[in-house]
Amino acid sequence: MAIFKRSKTPKEPVTPATETLVDTSIEIPPGDQLELVLVDAGGPVDLTENSVASPAAQALRDAGVELVVPLVSRGELIGTLNLGQRRSDQPYSTDDRRLLSDLSSQVAPAIRVAQLVREQQDAASERERIEQELQVASLIQQTLLPKELPNVPGWEIDAFYRPARAVGGDFYDYIAHPDGRLGIIIGDVTDKGVPAALVMATCRSTLRAASERSDDPAVILADVNEALVDEIPPAMFVTCLYMVLDPASGKVTFANAGHNLPYVRTTSGVIELRATGMPLGLMPGSDYDVHTAIIEPGELVLLSSDGIVEAHNPNGEMYGFPRLMGRVAAIGPNGDLLGDLITDLDAYAGVGAEQEDDVTLVSIRRLSSARDAAETFMEDSTTLTAFSVSSVFGNEREVMDRVTAAVGDELPEDRLQRLQTAVSETAMNAIEHGNRAEPELLVDVEVVVIDDRLVVSVTDHGGSRGSMDVEKPDLEAKLAGEQSPRGWGLFLIEEMVDDLSTVADGDDFTVRLTMNLKDTPELESHTMNSKGRE
Amino acid sequence: MPAEAFSYVIEPGDGVTVVRMSGDIVKESGAGFDSLGAEISGPVLLDFADVGFINSSGIALIVGILAKARAENRPVSACGLTDHYRHIFEITRLSDFMDIYDDEAAAAVSR
Repeated sequence: MAIFKRSKTPKEPVTPATETLVDTSIEIPPGDQLELVLVDAGGPVDLTENSVASPAAQALRDAGVELVVPLVSRGELIGTLNLGQRRSDQPYSTDDRRLLSDLSSQVAPAIRVAQLVREQQDAASERERIEQELQVASLIQQTLLPKELPNVPGWEIDAFYRPARAVGGDFYDYIAHPDGRLGIIIGDVTDKGVPAALVMATCRSTLRAASERSDDPAVILADVNEALVDEIPPAMFVTCLYMVLDPASGKVTFANAGHNLPYVRTTSGVIELRATGMPLGLMPGSDYDVHTAIIEPGELVLLSSDGIVEAHNPNGEMYGFPRLMGRVAAIGPNGDLLGDLITDLDAYAGVGAEQEDDVTLVSIRRLSSARDAAETFMEDSTTLTAFSVSSVFGNEREVMDRVTAAVGDELPEDRLQRLQTAVSETAMNAIEHGNRAEPELLVDVEVVVIDDRLVVSVTDHGGSRGSMDVEKPDLEAKLAGEQSPRGWGLFLIEEMVDDLSTVADGDDFTVRLTMNLKDTPELESHTMNSKGRE
Repeated sequence: MPAEAFSYVIEPGDGVTVVRMSGDIVKESGAGFDSLGAEISGPVLLDFADVGFINSSGIALIVGILAKARAENRPVSACGLTDHYRHIFEITRLSDFMDIYDDEAAAAVSR
């Protein structure tokens, strides 16, 4: 006797329970005439009496099977008990058949339950495997995306990245060029999951390597294309836009490998920065054209992946480029474009809708002036104090004391002490480096509360500084006498405050120190930007 | 509030010289630190209990004292730091190169 399991995917038969039979590897294919006979039989079917001549019936007869006992559960044949000739050579009796029929009616549900349990276990294992893959893909992406926004005086750069559950291959990156220009990259790998994440990682490192050899976006993309053609699987490719920003002049130089075009919100409306080219990794020998544009003060550039424009609403309609362009056009001069877009996208897709693809947005705003930038920042703010001091050594203490008095109990003692250190260092820098300790040049100080943030702005007017690039001092080198023991100021400022930003406008240079007034997380994830938006 | 003038008192002790500092450690404290550096020898415990304010120039002066001591193979330790400056000693990694104690008694226990 043998029990055959029936399932959508043929499995190994159960080992025969007795020595009586024979070849047990006979499957009854779905739709075989014997299947229909067995389902309808209501008891054992004697193949010596039944004339059914299907392939399965013939195979069973050839294997010596005389009696087939169907195991039927909920009208579905889930297996059979196959019996050969009785050892006594006598035909199976009525009692035998009744016994077998009773046996099958009890065994069939038990086997069915076992099959269902097995199927559920298999499905759970598969789900777990997929989930682990997604976690790996997500980890790869999140590890490689920028942890911080670049600090470019006179510009406000913002980014938003939200992966789809299946993790697409979106990425963005910033690359500082030695001449002070900033490379800004956005890309999208076809496919999803681990393969896309691995290609994204390869593409990112190749872009970075190519950026060390050239500062020409067209050359960089061509180099990366040649490298990727041999590296990535067939049918996969990468769309990518590479833009180089010269912060001083506002000139952007860019090349495009099949990516969505950047939008620029100008005073006369939204324009596209047109540039075309083959996606990376698709064809060897692809050439890219380099294009340039000037971003004027007050203008705003948006780079995006197709996760936003290809999102659907519950009616199946795509978000689309016209809507995206409309939102860019409608945003106010100091509006929060990325926040607005995400709010609009989520409203469009509907509550609880699963995001179909990664959504990546990068905005680049050229501030109109330091004063405009300050006004942008001061919207809906409460000024606690505003004063000026002359650029005389020692006045940094006065600045610190007056800021402390104005802040009062807005901050707990430990965080107030941190702010004191940061303010004193910033004021000292403004006096010593910004205003070159020329007493007639003033240092302006303003302390405001905006939402849940306390912001201290310190402005000098000496025109002597252009950036606040912070490098961690090398204490070993200082202790070994290889470096000056000085050089701790900027490092301390950055470590003491929750956010540090700068705005340069002509001779004016403003350093803005921000302390969050609510509980502050120790670290921000990469999906958060300087505005704390996820 | 103007800076509090920096001063110090050197107290030779059993196996370690205790330097009791007071006032602010800022750029103007440089002369005081120069003479301090010339006076001390052997293992030193810097007592910051009466120090009010330290800025980045002050950190540089402390780095200078520590560099000189390391060149002479003399251990330097510190005590009496407030939580704020203890935090700064940690992020600047000064605490990797000098033992930090709550107070002089804790420093003595460790010896």
